[in-house]
Amino acid sequence: MKADIILSGVGGQGILSIAATIGMAALENDLHLKQAEVHGMSQRGGAVQSHLRISEKEIASDLIPLGKADLIISVEPMESLRYLPYLSESGWLVTNTTPFINIPDYPDMNELLLEIEKLPHHIAINADEIARKVKSPRSSNMVMLGAASPFLDITYESLERGIQKIFGRKGEKIVKLNIEAFEAGRDFAIAYTPVGSS
Amino acid sequence: MEKLLLLGAEAIAQGAIDGGMSGVYAYPGTPSTEITEYIQNNKTAIEKNIHRNWSANEKTAVEAALGMSYAGKRAMACMKHVGLNVAADAFINSAITGVNGGLVFAVADDPSMHSSQNEQDSRFFGKFAMIPILEPSTQQEAYDMAYEGFELSEKLGVPIQFVLLPFNARKRYKGLLDKQVLMEEEAENSKYNIYYEELNLSGEAKLKTDKSFGIIACGIAYNYLMENYPNRDCPYPVLKIGQYPMPYKKIEKIVNECEKVLLLEDGYPFVEEQLRGFLDKSKKIKGRLDKTIPRAGELNPDHVAKALGKDVKAELKIPSLVANRPPELCSGCAHRDVYNALNETMREHGKQKVFSDIGCYTLGALPPWNAIHSCVDMGASITMAKGAADAGVRPSVAVIGDSTFTHSGMTALLDCVYEDTPVTIIIADNSTTAMTGGQASHATGRLEEICIGIGVKPEHLKVLTPLPKYHEEMVKVLREELVYEGVSVIIPRRECIQTVPKSKKEKRIKTEEVV
Repeated sequence: MKADIILSGVGGQGILSIAATIGMAALENDLHLKQAEVHGMSQRGGAVQSHLRISEKEIASDLIPLGKADLIISVEPMESLRYLPYLSESGWLVTNTTPFINIPDYPDMNELLLEIEKLPHHIAINADEIARKVKSPRSSNMVMLGAASPFLDITYESLERGIQKIFGRKGEKIVKLNIEAFEAGRDFAIAYTPVGSS
Repeated sequence: MEKLLLLGAEAIAQGAIDGGMSGVYAYPGTPSTEITEYIQNNKTAIEKNIHRNWSANEKTAVEAALGMSYAGKRAMACMKHVGLNVAADAFINSAITGVNGGLVFAVADDPSMHSSQNEQDSRFFGKFAMIPILEPSTQQEAYDMAYEGFELSEKLGVPIQFVLLPFNARKRYKGLLDKQVLMEEEAENSKYNIYYEELNLSGEAKLKTDKSFGIIACGIAYNYLMENYPNRDCPYPVLKIGQYPMPYKKIEKIVNECEKVLLLEDGYPFVEEQLRGFLDKSKKIKGRLDKTIPRAGELNPDHVAKALGKDVKAELKIPSLVANRPPELCSGCAHRDVYNALNETMREHGKQKVFSDIGCYTLGALPPWNAIHSCVDMGASITMAKGAADAGVRPSVAVIGDSTFTHSGMTALLDCVYEDTPVTIIIADNSTTAMTGGQASHATGRLEEICIGIGVKPEHLKVLTPLPKYHEEMVKVLREELVYEGVSVIIPRRECIQTVPKSKKEKRIKTEEVV
C-alpha cells in the first residue's frame, strides 16, 4: 500500500487538519508516513500546499517527485490545478468546487470546471454546500477528506478515530460535526463514481 | 516505545525535552516557530517548569540560553536562519566563552525562500564560529540529534544546523582551535557520517560497486537520493554526511576512489566549494557550481533524478488559467485602515517612498496599497528612515509592527531621539506577533511607556484606532506629524483579527475565575 498525496488550498482553509487526521490513522495502522511542512506564507489568503506520503514500506523523500502523486486533495478548485505536474497518469484529483476568490484575475468558473473535468480521474464536489447541509459549515475540509477517503487504503474506522483524536480537545460536539461532514463527503464520492475501493 | 506523529521542528522539541533541557529561548520565525510552541504546550515541559517564554529577539534568546548554560543547566535557543544574523554576535562568541550546561542552537533554514527574504545556508555560520553542526535527514534523526546534542556540547563544547550546538572553548580562542581536532575526530566517527561502499543503502551487500561515480549526500539530500533507488540498490559508493566539521578522511576516500563525485546538498554548495576550491577547474566534482543541480532553490528528488541521468515524468501541465495567489492582509485587518490613511496623506507629498519592516504589514507593499517600499531586516525601517531624513528626505516615514519594534526597533528609535531627527514612525500595534501565528508580543501594554522612556516627546506620541470610521482623524494626525521637524511616533492600535476571538475567550475565562 502506498499513497502519495498533495494537499492544496488557500491559507486558513484547514489543509493541516486533513493531513493530521490521515496521519493519525496511518500511525494507528503502523504505516510509514512523511509530511513536508506546509509550503506557502503563514498568513491567510495565499496558495498553500503540503506533501503527505504514507506507505507500508519505508519512505525516502519528504517531497513527492513530479508525476508520482496518487492523489491531489484540494479544498479550492483553482488550487487543485496548480499541482497537476505532480499527479501520476493513474492518479485522482479530488477537489472542492467552491471557489475562494481573493484575487482580481480569478479565472472564469465554467472554464475552471472544464479543466477539472478534462482529467480522466476526478471528483468535483461542492464541499461547502454539503458542509452546510449537514449543519457543519466550518467542516468543508472534513467533507473533502471524506470524498478522498475511498482512495486511501485506510479503513473508515481508522479515519474516524483520527478525527476524534485531532478534534477531541474541542469537545464531543465538534467531533460529531466533523464526522458527519466526513461521512457526507464519503457518501458523495462513492455515489459519484464506482471506485470499487472500500 | 511511544509512537508520536511529529513535524521535524516538533521532533527537535521532544528530543530537547527528553534530553534534559531546562530552558528554551526563541523569537518566532517560520519555519522554526513550532519548536518553541511544542515545548510551551508540552505536559512534561510544564510539569518540570522548563523556561519556555518568547524572547524579545534572537540575540537576547541566544544570550539568555548562554547564561543558563553558564549556570550549569542545559539550554536551547531557536530561530530561523535570518534570526541567526541578529544573534550572530552572541552566537559566535559563545564558541569562545564555552559552555557549562549543554547548549544547542536550533536554526531552521528556508531553501527556496518559502517565507523568508533569502535562502542563506546556516552551515556557514557554524563553520564561521568553528563549532560542530548536526544536519538531520529525518524526523527521527532530528529527535536523536537534539537529545544527544546537549551531551556532545558538554563533551566538546559546541552548535547544530537544523539543530545547531555551541562549545566549551575555555574562554580562549586558542582553546577553541585546539578543540578542532577533537571535533574532527567526533565527526569522523559519527554515526551520522556513513560511507556506504560495499553495502546497499539498505545495509545489504552490494551486487556490484560502480566507482565511475561517488555520491556525497548531506542531510535531507540523502532522502532524495534514496527516492531514486526504490530498492536501495544504488551501485555507486555513497557518503552520507550529518555532522560537521566535515569527515575529511571519508571524503578523501570517496574522492580518491571514484572517477567523479556528485555533491547533493540543500542550501548553498557548502561542501562542494570546500572540495573544489577556486583553482580546481577539473570536471571531477559535480553539483550546484557546475549546474548539474540548479544553483539556487530547494533541492528535491527531481533535481537528483536529473543529476543521475534518470527520467523525470510530469505528464500534466499547469493550465494557463491558473493565476498567482499571493498572501494578503485579512479582511478586517487593522493594517488595511492604516495604509488607507497613510496613502491618502502621502499622496500630498508626491512620490515619496515609505520604509517598512518585516511582519504581516509587509503585505502593504502589494496592490491595492503599494504603500511601503522597503523590507530589509527586523527594525531596519526606523534607522533607514533616519538615514534618509539625514540626507534631506521629507517626510521620512517608517512603518513597523509592535513586535518588530521591541525586537530591534527600540535602539533605532533612540538614535532618532538622540539627534531629534525629523522622522515619522508608525508602530502598527496589533498586540501580537501575527505573521508567525499570533505569539505574545513583548510590546503589548507598554508601547507608550517605552517610547516616552526612550525620549519621544509626549505631544508627538499619538495613539489612533485604525477603523474605517476614524479614517479622517487618522489622516489629520498623520498630516500634522509628517511635517513636524522632529521625532513623531504614531501608534495605530487594534488587535489582530485572527487573535481577537482567542483573547476574548481568555478574558471571559479570567472573568469567570474572578467571579
